[in-house]
Amino acid sequence: MFGQANVLAQGQAEFPPSVGDFYLPSILPWGAENSYWFTKITAMVWVAVGILIIFFLVSYRNPQLVPTKKQWFAESIYGFVRNNIAVDMIGHAGVRFAPYFTTLFCFILLTNFFAIVPFFQISPNSHIAFPAFLAVISYVMFNYVGIRHHGFVKYFKNSLVPPAPWFILPLLIPIELFSTFIVRPFSLAVRLFANMFAGHMLLLVFTLGGFAMISANAWLAPVSVLSWTMTIALTFLEFLVICLQAYVFTVLTASYVQGALADEH
Amino acid sequence: MFFLAAEGGETTHNPIIPVWEEIVVGGIAFIVLCFVLMKFVFPRMEQTFQARVDAIEGGIKRAEAAQAEANQLLEQYRAQLAEARTDAAKIRDDARADAEGIRQDILAKAREESDRVIAAGKEQLQAERATIVRELRTEMGTIAVDLASKIVGESLADEARRKGTVDRFLNGLESTGAR
Repeated sequence: MFGQANVLAQGQAEFPPSVGDFYLPSILPWGAENSYWFTKITAMVWVAVGILIIFFLVSYRNPQLVPTKKQWFAESIYGFVRNNIAVDMIGHAGVRFAPYFTTLFCFILLTNFFAIVPFFQISPNSHIAFPAFLAVISYVMFNYVGIRHHGFVKYFKNSLVPPAPWFILPLLIPIELFSTFIVRPFSLAVRLFANMFAGHMLLLVFTLGGFAMISANAWLAPVSVLSWTMTIALTFLEFLVICLQAYVFTVLTASYVQGALADEH
Repeated sequence: MFFLAAEGGETTHNPIIPVWEEIVVGGIAFIVLCFVLMKFVFPRMEQTFQARVDAIEGGIKRAEAAQAEANQLLEQYRAQLAEARTDAAKIRDDARADAEGIRQDILAKAREESDRVIAAGKEQLQAERATIVRELRTEMGTIAVDLASKIVGESLADEARRKGTVDRFLNGLESTGAR
């Protein structure tokens, strides 16, 4: 926020913000355009992965029956996803998916959270590449699990042919095919991406808008203050969206797996 | 942002088209994360949960075993106590019977002793009587002789001494008395 503010004060950023604001120049090589191997975004992904690995390995280095505070915290994250998502959605068979769901949940939550952490200020998930990759894993996973559980033919019959009168089936089967096998990965990826994209855009608009107004006319200073107050309020809203989207992505993945494992349609 | 914005959309991005380099980087990073957490952390958490369940259930099982053992011991003690009670009653009865026997014994002995004493007394009495009779006999002889000599005189005493008249008379007397 302040970095952007300084930049704006120096007259280098423009208002309103554009899509281009999401594509930061490369760090290595320094300042290069259209080079994406090592940017602030990819660096943040590595930081998130590093933080999660170090946190879990350190807090679970020496597990005790009676947990320490750190161990308890790590366990309660896992316990939350395991009991409130995996077991709630899938039932007892869901326990074996709990490790992946927890990893997914933690990764999305932390990378989302970067959107409101000072100096990070943008979530990697506002670039569709990351949500898309996660959605593809979910897509492959629920189909693989379903095929392994039911066998290829029975799985597709289960998921495509709803228990309906035969004359309605020609209408229902294409709808099922479309919604289950085509729309699901896109909706999963786009939901997360769009939320983080819009959140970042909103914060940019209100922050940069405050500066734009105060530099346009000193009399507009109260409106600038209002704009920045809105930024703070929206940061809280953004925090809500961050947690909600991480939860939603995990719950939907669990629900797809549950649907693939279910015996009846 | 710094440069792109300044250059005003020279390169246009479509935010819905993923950047393939980011997919590769994000994919590798996420797979590394999955590998580490799913291999080294969460299975151990499951193990810890299981160990915790075992610890609690094991504790309950141990408590139940201890309870059962205590109950068994209590039963055993009760049985032993009952046995001891019957034993004590038996011992008391035996003692009572013994005491009765001993009393009877002592009574019998005492009766026997008294009989014996009575018998001995009777015997002694008999012996004393015999002695007295013997003494009386001699004494009576003497007295009778004395009396007779006083009555009959000196000469008769000599004659009686010669002929043993007194003895003969007394023998005759005795044989009639004994009969």
